Formats: sequence, C-alpha cells, structure tokens
Amino acid sequence: MQFDMDTTRVRKFSVIVRKRYIGLLYISPWIIGLVMFQLYPFIASFVYSFTDYSLLKPPVFVGFSNYVRMFVKDELFPQSLKVTFLYVLIAVPGKLIFALFIALMVNIKVRGVNVFRTIYYLPSIYGGSVAIAVLWRFLFMREGLVNLILSYFAVPRIDWLGNTKIALFTISLVTIWQFGSSMVIFLAGLKQIPQELYEAAVVDGASSVRVFFFVTLPLLTPIIFFNLIVQIIFAFQQFTTAFVITGGGPLRATYLYALFLYQNAFEFLRMGYASALSWILFIIIMSFTLLIFRSSRYWVHYED
Amino acid sequence: MKRLNRNLLTYFVLSVLSIFMVYPLIWLLFSSFKPNTEIFASIKLIPSTFIWDSYVRGWQGSGQFTFRVFFLNSFKMVIPTVLFTIISSSVVAYGFARFSFPLKKILFTLMLSTLMLPHAVIIVPKYIIFRNLGWLNSYLPFIVPAALATHPFFIFMLVQFFRGIPRELDDSATIDGCNSFGVLVRILLPLSKPALFSAGIFQFIWTWNDFLNVLIYINSVSKYTLQLALRMSIDIAANVEWNLIMAMSILTIIPPTMIFFFAQKHFVEGVATTGIKG
Repeated sequence: MQFDMDTTRVRKFSVIVRKRYIGLLYISPWIIGLVMFQLYPFIASFVYSFTDYSLLKPPVFVGFSNYVRMFVKDELFPQSLKVTFLYVLIAVPGKLIFALFIALMVNIKVRGVNVFRTIYYLPSIYGGSVAIAVLWRFLFMREGLVNLILSYFAVPRIDWLGNTKIALFTISLVTIWQFGSSMVIFLAGLKQIPQELYEAAVVDGASSVRVFFFVTLPLLTPIIFFNLIVQIIFAFQQFTTAFVITGGGPLRATYLYALFLYQNAFEFLRMGYASALSWILFIIIMSFTLLIFRSSRYWVHYED
Repeated sequence: MKRLNRNLLTYFVLSVLSIFMVYPLIWLLFSSFKPNTEIFASIKLIPSTFIWDSYVRGWQGSGQFTFRVFFLNSFKMVIPTVLFTIISSSVVAYGFARFSFPLKKILFTLMLSTLMLPHAVIIVPKYIIFRNLGWLNSYLPFIVPAALATHPFFIFMLVQFFRGIPRELDDSATIDGCNSFGVLVRILLPLSKPALFSAGIFQFIWTWNDFLNVLIYINSVSKYTLQLALRMSIDIAANVEWNLIMAMSILTIIPPTMIFFFAQKHFVEGVATTGIKG
C-alpha cells in the first residue's frame, strides 16, 4: 500500500514536470516569431537609426546625425509631423464621437435596428483598401460626385483634394466614415450597463440628457479609453488613404508621417534615416499612450 | 406617444445618416456600368444603358497579366496566411490558457504589449530580414510570420475563449486517455468554432485589404495582389477611363463584402468579445 502511494506520487511529480515544460512547447512558435519578427527588428531599427545604410553597402555608424538631420535640415520632418498631428486630431475624435452617437441610437430594441447596424458597420470592413481610396477620389475630385450634388444646391465647386486647407480634412473623412468597428465596441459596452441604473434615474426624474452625462457616459469611459488608445496608435500610422488619394499633396498638405517614412525607406533607400524616423514615431505614439494611461484615473470610471 | 415620437425621430436620423454611409458604395457599383461620359454628367444613379465593357476591358489588367492572375495571387497570399494564423494562434493560446510554466506571466504580458507595438517601428528591419532570406517578391513574408503566431491579437482572443471552456472537459478527456494535444484537437477546438471562425474572417479581410506590406514586399507585376493591381490600373487608365477603374474597384471589394454578409454574426461577436481595431 505504502509502495503504491509512492509510485503515484512519483508519477504525479513527473506529470507536473512534463506539464511545466509542455506549456512552453506549445507557445514556442510564438516565442520564435516574437524574437525573429518583433524583438529583433525592434532592436535592429534602434541600432540602424545611428547608421547610414542604403542596402547597397553595409551600414556605417554615424552617431546622432540622422536625428540631427531631421530636426535641423529636413523641412519635410516638421511638415509631416504637423500634418499627422492634425490628422489624428480630426480623425480620432471625429470617429469616436460618431461611433458613440450612432451606438446610442442603434441600442434601442425596435424592429429593423439590425439593418442599421449592418449598414453602419459595412464601410469599416474595407479598411485601408485601394478601392476605397479610389472611391474617395471619384467622390471628391473637382468634377466628382460631391461637387455635382452641391451644384444642385447652387454651391460653388469646392476643391476638396486640391486645396491645401481642405485636403487633409477630406482624407480624414475616410477614417471617420469607417467608424463601424468602434461603434460595435461601444454597443457591447452599452449592453453591460445594468438596466436598474436607468430605471433608478428615471424614478428620480432625471432628464435623458442628465441620464446620458451622469449614467451612460461615466460607465462607458473604460470603453472610450480602450477605443481612444487603439485608434490613436492606428491613426499615427495611417498610410494608404493619403498615398493613393493625394500622394501626400497638394504641397505636402496630406503628407502623413507614414508616407514620409515610406519614401525615405523604400524610395530613397535611406534605411538608417528611416529607422530614426520610425523611432521618433514610436516615441510619440508611446508618449500619447502613456499620457492617456496616466490621465485615466481622472476620467475613467472603474467599477469595484 | 412620446416614446413613439422618439423612435420615429431615431429612425429618421438613422435613415438619413445611413444614406451617407452606403450611397457612395452603391454609386460606385452603378457607375461602373455607365458609359464614361455619363458618370459625372448627372447625379442620376441608374445608367441609361448597362455596359459590361468596363469589366471586360478592366479585367485585361496590364495586358500581360489579367485580373485572373491578380485574384489568384491574392488568394495564394491570403488563404495560407489565414490558415496558419488560426493553427499557430490556437496552439499558442492553448499553451497560455491551460498550462503553467516558468516566466508565464512575463511572457503573457510581453504578448499583450506587442499588441500595442506600432508596425512602423519594425518595418525597416523586417524588410531587411526578408531581403536577406530571399523572400522578397513572394508571399513568405506574410505566411511565415503567420505560422509563427506574430498576430498577438488572435492569440489573445483565443486565450479568452479557451478560458471560458470548463477545465473539467479537459480532465475527463485526459482520463479517457487523451494526451494534451488530443485535448486541444478533440475538445477545445471543436468547442471554439465560433472564435476560430471570427479570427479567420478578420485575418482574411485584413490580409486581403493590406496595401502597405504588399507594396513593400512584392515588386513584379506577375506577383501583384489585387490591391497593387488596382493601383496600377489607376496609372494605366490615367484619369480618363473612370468606369474601368470603378469596375475593378468593385471586383476587389466583392470577397470581403460577401464574407461580411454571410458571416455578420461572427463579426459582431468577434469585435464585441475582444475589441478590435478598425
């Protein structure tokens, strides 16, 4: 009997040991992928950022000159930063406000509301595809559909893509138009809010505006927080729309940072400089993310 | 009564806004059947005569390579990427969800933090790696990383899903003589079909729409995916043959659109349970 118990104990022990490492075995593809395609490139781009590297010759160490160059010599650096900040400032709040607004409206239980959800979600499945960029060109070019419709209301032609003051806004509209996935996330958040809270508010005689600001909005702040971070990370790297619709023009008015980075890396083959640019972008995105995380305790409401 | 009015108002606002959402797409569809002179001549939606010519000529592509090639290329890139993503992500997610091992917490946190790693910061070295491996101008830069579970989003999604499946099921299968891999294949995966399906759909659409990466990695026309081919058509057709470009644009968005309408439920569920980008 004693002997028997010992063998089971031993067997159990070996099972535990095996289990300890079998988990590692299962995640090993990810570890290899992480090292090869994420960690190594992450460190490598930092190292490259201190080199002059054109792919044709081996990299040459140049110290901080890539960083000096962007801040002192390259006029396109401040320009693309300015354009990108402006784009993030228009597109992200625009998208989230729309997403929240529509989510509130389609959160009612009436017939046919699913049709609306489908319609509002549809544009976001096309993401950054070229077809949507093409569509935007046809909608907003000088003789395009939007001006055609406006002419029926006697509105003079607007140069949506050719005017330096408007072009970036026109590009941002694509992003705002694709608010569907953010909307669905808001919708999921709205469903989590306990019905009793609304009933209590109604009993207390609160108006629907007050209910929104004092019940719905505070309880949605974790979702807003999440959406905000995801959208900011993506917006800073926006590429296809500007690349295909305007090519960064007119006069670099839509020259988003990702275009600037792409051109330096893959058109001018300045791999070192492009790496330095990518690290600046990384630092900017991380600072924004950190800022939002830090500020979250002042505005994000967490239930205990 | 008040409630009814309110619903009517909501309906009204929703209807007006939904026109802004879909009209551009509908207009694109109908315009692709119009003669060129008619497209921007009036705001009439329906063509006076339906013309197929734009599709026939647009399909010719670069002359040397037709859109048949580009469609096949897109599928050659997307389908293996999707399959490998599902396989690798579920294996890795199984490891995280069901086993304890040294450094698990740190590794899991690392996995989650790569969710927020901007792609832009690793794009240059990745290109150089693929160049040194001789993988440029092939779909390996998409397929191999997918096989090595570099899409942490799907791992996270499946970890969440596996955690919701009672461990007792694993235990009883083990007692019945299943080894750990058998538990994954026979118990967890069949129960996770909805999540696997969602993951597959999202990966399909994202890879299908991907433009920046194919632009960087693919450089010969014979390997062009639809996104690159469409961009090339814009240059070839200049600014004259609008209907031709419109027709090809419509073709490229048909697969995602069809998936969306057939699998709508999975979209909403996938987004809602994990909170997806857009």
